[in-house]
Amino acid sequence: MYGFGLAKGLLVTLKNFIRPPFTIQYPEERIPQHPRFRGEEFAWYEERCTGCASCAKYCPLGIIKIVTSEGGRSPQEGGHYDIDVFDIDIGRCMFCGLCVEACPYDALFMGSGFERGQYERQSLVITVDELREAVKKPSTWFRPQLEGSGYDPHKDKALDWREVGREDWAWRQKEKAGARIQFRPARVSAEADDGQAEG
Amino acid sequence: MTPFLQENVVFREVYCFLGGNEGNAGWCRGDGILPGGFEWAAYFVAGFAIMFILVNAALLGAAVFVWSERRLLARFQARRGPNRWGPWGILQPIADLLKLIIKEDIVPHAADRLAFTLVPVIMLMALLLSLAVMPFARNTYLVNLNVGILYIVAVSSMSTIAIFMAGWSSANKYAMFGAMRGVAMLISYEIPLVLSLVGVVLIVGSMSLVSVVEAQTVPFLLVQPLGALVFMLGISAELNRTPFDILEAESEIIAGYHTEYSGIKFALIQAAEMAGVLAASGFLATIFLGGWSGPFWSGQLGAFWFLVKLAGFVLLFIWIRATFPRLRIDQIMAFAWKFLLPLALINFLVTAVQVYFFGFYQADVPGELTRNELWIMAAINIPVALVAIGIFGRFSREKVRVPEPVFQKAAPSPQAMEVD
Repeated sequence: MYGFGLAKGLLVTLKNFIRPPFTIQYPEERIPQHPRFRGEEFAWYEERCTGCASCAKYCPLGIIKIVTSEGGRSPQEGGHYDIDVFDIDIGRCMFCGLCVEACPYDALFMGSGFERGQYERQSLVITVDELREAVKKPSTWFRPQLEGSGYDPHKDKALDWREVGREDWAWRQKEKAGARIQFRPARVSAEADDGQAEG
Repeated sequence: MTPFLQENVVFREVYCFLGGNEGNAGWCRGDGILPGGFEWAAYFVAGFAIMFILVNAALLGAAVFVWSERRLLARFQARRGPNRWGPWGILQPIADLLKLIIKEDIVPHAADRLAFTLVPVIMLMALLLSLAVMPFARNTYLVNLNVGILYIVAVSSMSTIAIFMAGWSSANKYAMFGAMRGVAMLISYEIPLVLSLVGVVLIVGSMSLVSVVEAQTVPFLLVQPLGALVFMLGISAELNRTPFDILEAESEIIAGYHTEYSGIKFALIQAAEMAGVLAASGFLATIFLGGWSGPFWSGQLGAFWFLVKLAGFVLLFIWIRATFPRLRIDQIMAFAWKFLLPLALINFLVTAVQVYFFGFYQADVPGELTRNELWIMAAINIPVALVAIGIFGRFSREKVRVPEPVFQKAAPSPQAMEVD
């Protein structure tokens, strides 16, 4: 029968008319984010950072700028540099997370936020002071110890450097500079209570 | 005093309140508040009152229609639509209007200024003029023209001229494309549109819309299913709505004939288009669904029944817009000439035979068909409509051309090269 296809098309739209709309009213309601979401405002733990600038070297876009000077004392053993400048140009960041993968001391974590719109490009650069003062809710991306403990950065509290733990993949443990040199004996207890391993 | 105006409720009340019987009216209850000799003022004010109500109702209706179309279209696409300003976003058209008023009124340098400026006026005027004969409720209309249907057709085709003026005066190739497509389409669709109304005129024996409503003891949607279908599709093309919106196809020719329009001129063009949908739904409701006559209390609730039917047709238009993709110009032309025109002619012929058979159409005494006769006509016309749609749908169906495989041969033959 001629016109049957038209009627079928009308029924398809009618079916959509009856069902509730899919739209999420963004400022009022949000889609729950995954804990492994790679977001802005990197969680940076200065206590662990040695200023080795591995993150800057691994960054494919070259948007991390680190300037260090000698001095200071680290909770971690060994030599330490003061971090004078730690600029991350979020405006060009593509959130690949290679800096976090590269960090040998697990000092850098991906953040969990996504609402840092600014009016100027300059204000998109995260400075070292902002990183220090930020509420540190690290994303569990590339940090299996956080994901294994069921941490959700969108619901749970901020973590300090003792609580975030060390990355504990067996195949990577041997390559971890800090883990191999300093925490070799402590790693046995780290399996029992990884949060307190370094502390 | 023109005789038809006293039948209008608004005119009669305002005129009697002001002028009363002093102006030789004779059909008011008493004297008005104005002294004698001022009946011209009462006449003027009463006429202005009708005009004011009608124009503002059309424009407000257009605003409400913009909102409801955006909301409903969004729901048809599983979205929400405008919901920010006012409850359910009902103030959205006001925001749109404010924006358009504030915007700069740009006239292109090479444009024909006079024609360019006149376009929105003519479009809106054509629409408002067509509302003059629409009966909104019992005795509530501006005029009861005895050539009402002819008047609608004549006045609504003025928008074709406006569209061509817009395309020509804009000095813009996209506007010209849109206008040329529009004129081709609109003129083609005028013919089935007019022919579809002839059946109604034959049954009623009058072109007055008031008599059309009064003659509908059975809705003409049942008595004239083919006529209703052809009129609905034809008027949908006249309104340039989505299956037929080649003259303002956004994805092909920027905005078609109103590419160069901005600011308040664009707002007026949009208002005319939107109110055009309301007017078309109103005429559909009046001619094919009984207008203000309802199942009960047609006298008191006439406007309510009319609005319900109008809203139903508006919903149908929005539904059609949400569903069907835009047609090509050749498909549109084939649809008008190969499908709608034969259907309208069949409808005309069948109705003429029936009306002749029922034998009421004496030259000087136009009677009315009884309810039973109308039901018999409906019982005949609905199967006729189905069969006709089946037959002519088969004729007008586009032949499916199976494209030849491109990589069939190692080297393309000279013929294939020519075809490419």
